[in-house]
Amino acid sequence: MATKLPHTDVAIIGLGWTGAIVASELTAAGLDVVAIERGPWRDTARDFSIASVPDELRYVHRQELMLRTAQNTVTVRNDPSETALPMRNWGSFHPGNGTGGAGNHWAGITFRFQPQEFRLKSYLQERYGPTAIPDELTLQDWGTDWNEMEPFYTAFDRIVGTSGKAGNLRGQIQEGGNPFEGPRSEEYPTKPLRQPYGPVLFAKAAAEMGYRPFPVPSSLISEPYTNPLGVTMGPCTFCGFCTNYGCANYSKASPIVNILPALVRRQNFTARTNSEVLKVLTDSTRKKATGVLFADTSGEEWEQPADLVVVGAFTFENVRLMLLSGIGKPYDPSTGEGTTGRNYCYQTANGVQLFFDDKNFNPFIGGGAVGMGIDEFNNDNFDHSGLGFFGGGSIRVTPIGAAPISYRPVPPGTPAWGKEWKKATVKNYLSAMSIGCEASSYATRNNYLSLDPTYTDRFGRPLLRITFDFPENDLKMAQYCTSKVADIARHMGPRQMVENPMKGHWNTVPYQSSHVVGGFIMGENPANSCVNKYLQSWDVPNLFVVGASAFPQNPGYNPTGTAAALAFKAADAIKNIYLKDPGPMVRT
Amino acid sequence: MERKRARGHTRRAFLSSTAVAIILGSVQRASALIIGGERPWIPFDASPPDVPSGAAPRRWFFFTDEEAETIGAITEQLIPADELSISGREGGCTEYIDRQLAGFFGNFDRLYMQGPFQPGTPEQGDQSSLVPRARYRLGIAALNEHCSATFKQPFAQLTSEQRDQVLTDLQHGKIAMRDIDSMSFFSLVHANTMEGFFADPIYGGNKDMVSWKMLGFPGAHYDYRNYVERHNETLDLPPVGIAGRPEWNIGKD
Repeated sequence: MATKLPHTDVAIIGLGWTGAIVASELTAAGLDVVAIERGPWRDTARDFSIASVPDELRYVHRQELMLRTAQNTVTVRNDPSETALPMRNWGSFHPGNGTGGAGNHWAGITFRFQPQEFRLKSYLQERYGPTAIPDELTLQDWGTDWNEMEPFYTAFDRIVGTSGKAGNLRGQIQEGGNPFEGPRSEEYPTKPLRQPYGPVLFAKAAAEMGYRPFPVPSSLISEPYTNPLGVTMGPCTFCGFCTNYGCANYSKASPIVNILPALVRRQNFTARTNSEVLKVLTDSTRKKATGVLFADTSGEEWEQPADLVVVGAFTFENVRLMLLSGIGKPYDPSTGEGTTGRNYCYQTANGVQLFFDDKNFNPFIGGGAVGMGIDEFNNDNFDHSGLGFFGGGSIRVTPIGAAPISYRPVPPGTPAWGKEWKKATVKNYLSAMSIGCEASSYATRNNYLSLDPTYTDRFGRPLLRITFDFPENDLKMAQYCTSKVADIARHMGPRQMVENPMKGHWNTVPYQSSHVVGGFIMGENPANSCVNKYLQSWDVPNLFVVGASAFPQNPGYNPTGTAAALAFKAADAIKNIYLKDPGPMVRT
Repeated sequence: MERKRARGHTRRAFLSSTAVAIILGSVQRASALIIGGERPWIPFDASPPDVPSGAAPRRWFFFTDEEAETIGAITEQLIPADELSISGREGGCTEYIDRQLAGFFGNFDRLYMQGPFQPGTPEQGDQSSLVPRARYRLGIAALNEHCSATFKQPFAQLTSEQRDQVLTDLQHGKIAMRDIDSMSFFSLVHANTMEGFFADPIYGGNKDMVSWKMLGFPGAHYDYRNYVERHNETLDLPPVGIAGRPEWNIGKD
């Protein structure tokens, strides 16, 4: 029997980016907020010391900052006809844990999605004809648009101090920025980072070929910055212990760097850590959330009653909690009915590796979001007429560091051990580089999330089951875009280059990207979406489900900037619309 | 409970090797301290690793002598001594693996190990119910059984050419093993050997930062603001580890 805690205005699940943003905005508006986080409290000063954070074994290979699969994992399969099996060790993606969530170990790449993305289906039908979209795809509009999103992207930029160069300032194309970005209301808060050799060489080649390279928008900041909450960051030192690590320099934005130091001091905020939410509670009408049920580390159960419940966990746990709580109807791929779990998408990772004889890239100098990119082959920035696919990717060189348990590039065919292995490892360590292409992932009928019928967590609750394989559309896109990357690579004059477009089935073992999206998507109507444009549940109006789980599909960009903008959007709607007139904010 | 014991052991191993001229009790009571010869704190003090550090007294925490001999022989084939570096064995890979197996990794404490265990597609990843300690114990025994049957000698007694041949066969699944999949045993030992050789020396391998010097990796350097725009230059930065650099310990043996 759960012990009932005193009532609060708002219960928030998760203290990663989205939970921390909503908590910050709603406590500032005077609401009492209790945030419940399944992992530990993390703090830069105590947990991420310069003297001990550069430890590749601990952070990359033993996955120190990731959720322990013993606590919670997913089951995986490529096709509905297969039996899903548990992911016992994180491979393809890295869900986080603790305050900061995946916002501690992320790379920091902070793109905004483009205006056409928010009405992708309508846009593609307008440009290419009503029947142009391949049958296998279930693309959708988001139910919102650029003008509604832009202020919240700006709000996030101000919180994190994003470094970069505007390419489109209030409709005016700017030299040196990304000309394909939507019109920004302001310049980036901090100037672009200085660049190591690899990105500079790439940008030179791209410019010579007529493309317009730009510094990758980055939450690794380039100069001291104090955000609107009064929290100060320091400049990035290019240490190369970035993605998979926490930042000891207060240079990579994170909820624990940019928000929690201010939030935790507010008297109307309470965090409960090492507390795992078991379900969102609803009343007998199932139209009203009454709070959340959670368990502490001893397994003891607690009920936190609340007027509003905001779910801000990672994509997987957002969707799983909705399935476990009976919110919405589970999606069934055989009928296409139900919305909870539909339109699960990923990211299609491609790249080209380059080996040189006469260059030294000092690859250990860098960071998760230090680099240069081009957008000519992303999304619909190029004409797809006659290509047989839609989508594209962000092409860029971002040297994330070169800690050598993982980073030892050698040409294909090199033995994995012995004298020849060692010779090739030494020969190529300083003189290789790669160009990545982080590409779109479009929804299909058979890619979805559901509860596993067999495997359970430590509380006996079903694990989330992922059914996913790369759509034909995305594999064709991968081939095309990787060939464009190869053209640039060739222009750079390497001794040897190796093209690696995504092919075959989704393999859950090698790391690809933690950009898992969808499953509880936003949209224009409850027939094919779960939340409205304010991230408010269609079925339970005092429940908000915030994060990348709301993306109907994934463009060729990293998702964090948009997940965070949606959190600001939801908080703004709660403050300015919902509290004045509690109930559905979009009527159908 | 097992994890707690491992942790206590870790701290004792650290403390017995440290040159700090104080006892733990005085740290906790925050009395006046005299500090000399060593910094007065331990990396990860707030959240210690579950494995004994490289500074721990040399003995096997998991392996039997015979098992350690076998793994040592494998690591010196995988990473042979040559003009580029000492061997994996000389670099401490056996000690590294032994200590990893004694800690949380050896038991997959952090991983989802609930059944039912069933083989899946290659895309579904490792579905074995065996934890690393069992994989090493069974794998080493099976390897030596195979070598005894084929060469009348355990693996460690074979010539370098014979060892290379056996490892190549193991890598490609050409050796049938009882109780364990030979390819997955090879890939585990291979991965752990590489970890040991390239990880920070505090874990017991990468002796004197040998692999980092070999590659030109500066280790835990943490600040390249003065170097980021020095393009295409050989920097020759001397590597530094989490525990510092031997040259910093002036006046010590």
